[in-house]
Amino acid sequence: MTETNAAALAISTATPRRTRRRIRGGDILDHAILIAGALFMLLPLLMLIQMSTLPDVEVIRTGPSLAIGDRLDDNFNKAMFQASGFSGLNTGTNMLMNSFILGIGFALGKIVIGMMAAYAIVYFRLRFATLAFWVIFTTLLLPLEVRILPSYEIVQKLGMLNTYQGLIVPLIASATATFFFRQYFRSVPEELIEAARIDGAGPVKFFIDILVPLSKTMIAAMFIIMFVYGWNQYLWPTMITTEEDMFTLVRGIKQITQSLEGNSIPEYGRANLLAIIAVVPPVFVVIFFQSWFVKGLTESDK
Amino acid sequence: MAQVKLDGIRKIYPNGFEAVKPATFTIADGEFAVLVGPSGCGKSTLLRMVAGLETIDEGHLMIGEREVNNLDPADRDIAMVFQNYALYPHMTVRKNIAYGLKNRKTPQAEIARKVAEASAILNLDDHLDSKPSQLSGGQRQRVAMGRAIVRDPSLFLFDEPLSNLDAKLRNQMRIEIKALQRRLGVTSIYVTHDQVEAMTMADRIIVMNGGRIEQIGTPAEVYHAPASTFVASFMGAPPMNLMAAQSKGGDVVFAGLTLRHGKGVEGPVTLGIRPEDLILDPAGPLKFDVAIIEELGAHRLLHGAIGDHPVTVHAGKDVSARTGPANLSVNPDTLSMFDARTGMRL
Repeated sequence: MTETNAAALAISTATPRRTRRRIRGGDILDHAILIAGALFMLLPLLMLIQMSTLPDVEVIRTGPSLAIGDRLDDNFNKAMFQASGFSGLNTGTNMLMNSFILGIGFALGKIVIGMMAAYAIVYFRLRFATLAFWVIFTTLLLPLEVRILPSYEIVQKLGMLNTYQGLIVPLIASATATFFFRQYFRSVPEELIEAARIDGAGPVKFFIDILVPLSKTMIAAMFIIMFVYGWNQYLWPTMITTEEDMFTLVRGIKQITQSLEGNSIPEYGRANLLAIIAVVPPVFVVIFFQSWFVKGLTESDK
Repeated sequence: MAQVKLDGIRKIYPNGFEAVKPATFTIADGEFAVLVGPSGCGKSTLLRMVAGLETIDEGHLMIGEREVNNLDPADRDIAMVFQNYALYPHMTVRKNIAYGLKNRKTPQAEIARKVAEASAILNLDDHLDSKPSQLSGGQRQRVAMGRAIVRDPSLFLFDEPLSNLDAKLRNQMRIEIKALQRRLGVTSIYVTHDQVEAMTMADRIIVMNGGRIEQIGTPAEVYHAPASTFVASFMGAPPMNLMAAQSKGGDVVFAGLTLRHGKGVEGPVTLGIRPEDLILDPAGPLKFDVAIIEELGAHRLLHGAIGDHPVTVHAGKDVSARTGPANLSVNPDTLSMFDARTGMRL
């Protein structure tokens, strides 16, 4: 009651000038730059949307235009539910599912492996823990592209071509996640593990009961980064998946624009729409985890 | 409940630093022992060895009838309260208190009963479903205490539990902890660097310095008969006045005054007199030059010098005092004497 009174009083005594924010020249410039940047980034996406409303013939005939067609429904149906290629298995929904499996499996795998590696390095008195960490860290210098041939050969010899395991497992060892979790675990107060030891929590219990819940925000942050990273993988899926029912979206789209069978026109509408669909899930993941993401990277709730 | 026996407990770090020199003492059943000393004196290390958080390099540790040297902290039947409380931030107060019991596979009903009991004792009933971050420092400290008492341990360990609290709360919690310990009758070891805490809470004080135990005794013993110049200057605020003097034939000569002590020491000694044992007395034989007067309400502290020796004198509120020359008398029975070289009590 007293609070509302005080608030009412504050409003009535405040002068109108103070309630309206004053706009400074600097603000205008800042916003102009931001708006220009946003438009620059959005323009290709808007073009994609515009083109996906047109019939394919129109796209070839007129090139870029501002015309909005009526074929969005049609293109969407084609993109999501009609198969392309020979086997008739890589529909949009199928590719979307494959992309989700890759993105989620990739992100979760990286988080689990990274957390466990960091746990071992930070909390156990290993003889060469620091050395082990730096060895893991230097693998950042050897991205997939550098070791793609041996990696491919291993996966092939293990008979994991065209499988989800083959798609995910070779990618989940992650120096980045290990590094981030290591830094995070090092900031967890020593007393917490000591209190847990006195409370009778062994290493596994401490990890699951205390460290994992404490790392929630960190896990969310890693999940965003890794999901988007996994979702956007192109080279590795191209190598590993040759059967069309294993194609991911990012890999499948290229196949569609390429498929100049006979003298048919490339299916621009379909490819463009799939490209848009491919952008949507990462956007939602980021929006959903955004507040956690910021928390995970800045705040410490200890 | 149990007695705790340390027999030559020693800690040497891999770099060769001897953090705790062989320590031998026994804490009686139900006793409240306080380990006190400046930072880096090894008191926390010793406590952590008792807890099982540090390995014991040498010696034997008995809690009750068991040797616990090689037992895990959880199996030693102890509970520990940490300086920063070490509460699990993602758990509610209730879960924090119950976590240890849960890990011991205590039946649900018994956990609920014990948590309710502890929260009643500690006035936490209204906060059982809050997270630690929603609590004040004093409440967090109580939760940490609750976590300790639900386990019914045979030994409580406190690692500077009050140093994160403000002065007023600290005084209050000091009394609460002491009262709780009395009520539960659990043997306790309490580590602090604050000599006031040590004096007020302890049944017995263990003063440590540089990894060595300087003295073990009741607060009164430690205060009135310090075993070394270190203890004399560490315990008591203000500390004991220490002055170089000469001893000859059972007398000690200081600033022209001869005092009888009857001990067969010859040569230079360090003379120790508590500030309250120096009495303002117009007919007193010691010439004292008062430089600064600290008014503390209940009493006053006069800082000045006898000859070249800086000296502090404790004066009651009824005694008139002003800066400038004054005279002091001293009761020879209250003197402490220390070896000038080793600093040990004579």
